[in-house]
Amino acid sequence: MIAELGLAALWLAAALAALQLVAGFLGARNPDTEMAALVRPAAVVQGLLCAFAFVMLLWLFAVTDLSVKLVATNSHSAKPPIFKLSGAWGNHEGSMLLWITVMALAGGLIAAVERRLPEKTMQATLGAQAFVGLGFYAFLLFSSNPFERLPQPAVEGLGLNPLLQDIGLAFHPPTLYFGYVGLSVAFSFAVGALLTRQVTPEFARAMRPWVLGAWVFLTLGITAGSYWAYYELGWGGWWFWDPVENASLMPWLAATALLHSASVLAARDALRAWTIMLGVVAFSMSMVGTFLVRSGILTSVHAFAVDPERGSFILVLLAIYIGGALVLFATRASSIAEGERFAATSREGALVVNNVMLCAILGVVLMGTLYPLLTEAFDVRVSVGPPYFNPVSAIFVVPMLLVMMVGPLLRWRRDRLERVKAPVALVAAILLGTLAVLLIVSTTGLLPLLGLVLAAALAVASFLPLRGRNLRRLPLAVWGMVIAHFGLAVALFGMASESAFSQEKLAAVAAGDTAEVGPWSVVLDGVHPVAGPNWTALEGQLLASYDGGDPIELDPQARSFWAPVQQTTESALATRWNGQLYAVIGNEAGAGENGARWQLRLWWKPFVTFIWYGGLLVALGGVLALLGRLFDDLKRRRVKARLAERRADEAELAAAGGRG
Amino acid sequence: MATRCWAEAPAFAGARAYLAAFLLAFALCLPAAAQQSLPPAPYAYRQLEDPRQEAAAQALMETLRCLKCQSQSIADSDAPMAGDMRHQVRTRIAAGEEPEAIRAWLVQRYGDYVSYAPAVSETTWPLFAVPALLVLAVLLALWRRLRLRRRA
Repeated sequence: MIAELGLAALWLAAALAALQLVAGFLGARNPDTEMAALVRPAAVVQGLLCAFAFVMLLWLFAVTDLSVKLVATNSHSAKPPIFKLSGAWGNHEGSMLLWITVMALAGGLIAAVERRLPEKTMQATLGAQAFVGLGFYAFLLFSSNPFERLPQPAVEGLGLNPLLQDIGLAFHPPTLYFGYVGLSVAFSFAVGALLTRQVTPEFARAMRPWVLGAWVFLTLGITAGSYWAYYELGWGGWWFWDPVENASLMPWLAATALLHSASVLAARDALRAWTIMLGVVAFSMSMVGTFLVRSGILTSVHAFAVDPERGSFILVLLAIYIGGALVLFATRASSIAEGERFAATSREGALVVNNVMLCAILGVVLMGTLYPLLTEAFDVRVSVGPPYFNPVSAIFVVPMLLVMMVGPLLRWRRDRLERVKAPVALVAAILLGTLAVLLIVSTTGLLPLLGLVLAAALAVASFLPLRGRNLRRLPLAVWGMVIAHFGLAVALFGMASESAFSQEKLAAVAAGDTAEVGPWSVVLDGVHPVAGPNWTALEGQLLASYDGGDPIELDPQARSFWAPVQQTTESALATRWNGQLYAVIGNEAGAGENGARWQLRLWWKPFVTFIWYGGLLVALGGVLALLGRLFDDLKRRRVKARLAERRADEAELAAAGGRG
Repeated sequence: MATRCWAEAPAFAGARAYLAAFLLAFALCLPAAAQQSLPPAPYAYRQLEDPRQEAAAQALMETLRCLKCQSQSIADSDAPMAGDMRHQVRTRIAAGEEPEAIRAWLVQRYGDYVSYAPAVSETTWPLFAVPALLVLAVLLALWRRLRLRRRA
């Protein structure tokens, strides 16, 4: 019954989306028609119905209803409760339902609260939102129904991949989805603005919170995903330029560009066409990401060709949305005036550099990700990995970071470099000073060296915009920018430091033996079996001491899950302010003089944690900027309401005076 | 055999999960296979004595693909084959071979797919042409947007 209720709610929501689409586009022509009045309520109710359907799915997983196919294939009655719930979206169908639920709720929210834009534009925006939504409803209902029943209830579930039984992973995919959905809302705004030719600062202000929100979620999602890969996979790598990682990086790059370009449009009414274009690109990238992850094409192009249903579905959706948006853009772009002009040396100029560079990096990542898939289709297999991505993207990252140090100091519209001579000289001095010191003391490669130097300069430069300003009265959004830029410097420092200074030790040790890595000495105290709810493991007890200090106990495990049968390594980390010791226990390595020996893998990774601290700071900056903008909007709304009230009062008084 | 195991890998997974799931599914499919019962090659989990040689080996291993995994280098994998390849790389480095010569030998043996550093060739030239075009496009875009403004 529960499953049927969920499915019914989903069909109703799809029907409402169809209504919203038709009424929205009628309303965009004439917002006074009766149909137009239906658009906002349709969006709100649709959001509620989707939320209901999703809650029904959670319920099915919570009670492990094994007559539902999705539950039977992805859950297990012995699984811990939190992972039963996360199992609801830890699979293809459930995650698509989560996606559409978030999208419908977002649509409902703009329908309920967004009143700044002309009603025509809003109607077109909600119509576009419904158009995007309908594609996903069709996908869900026709090819990925999460509520499908089994003809015969299963006796026991097939379990969830033990690698996915991890709290980080329970929240990682939804975070990225929130990001993708935010970009779909930005896309709807862009289409609405294009259709009604209202590419105005007001449009940028209405769209900006969604872009900011999406960007924050994407930042968090990428940061968390990277940390998850780092501690879960047991080899200490934190970024692999893997297609799935790139699938989340590409929308982030596009969203970063869109964010900055929307700020220019909101503040200065410039870069109109550019902002719209980036809105389309950002959503395209999130669709490309979804396609890559969901279609199975990454497993193998040939596997995709054998069972192309889902992949083709997303590919068709992709073609319709992107193709449609580009055609619309091509036909309307000429009618969007270019917007306000500005000099090369200006805040806008620096932001244009940022935009262009981000787009180029996006191009590199897109090329490197898709090209191997393309050649594989012709049976030529090539690998594109870090030796390609790192240097090629650095060509664009380095100039972007250099401009980023100066850009926020410049004034809007027109400025002179002489005016910011002192801070620029300071930043240049830090750049050259760090470079000189590093060249003397370290023998690291070019890229880590550049990373360290740029990180040092950017860390200082990101605070320079605060110079000469009253910190108490500084808008929250400026704090957001400063913190986000500083966070990028911190993350960059962590990345460069990890690749420049990491030390590795592989050792076969018996109980009582010591292994040294960097400043750490690690003693294997013993190895003994342990059991968890659905696994057994061999646990090593390590005593690690930093530089002769008090030993810390570390317990890395080699786990064996039994439903389904799998083995994983659970690394153990000792975190200090200046880095992490990373310990993994492997197989038995034969008998030595002191009894059985075990494989130990140890890494000392100086400042590696800064990568994720930096990511969190970037996200925090985004949150502050978002809150700052929202408070401003609310204040403006209150002032407007009060003005309207006063005007009404005055009119009433005047009317009363006229009568009297 | 490997293909069938593929199909058993879970449909949903994060980046690494895919690969690890595959790996494990693969390991699962071959419990009786001889290579599973053999101990790993000596240098699969042992570093070279000379730190400079080890660093060279490590740098090379990080740019070689583990053929049985998805998107992981042989330096990041527990797969038996990755262990064997690490052993090969380390012993050859220890014997004084140049890293690029070892890469060439592996490419000859396993094809271009094994190397994460694509070389310019008939099939890979767009990988290098596109960034070059992007540099041009960036310069053009900046020149157009910023030059026109200055005159205005």
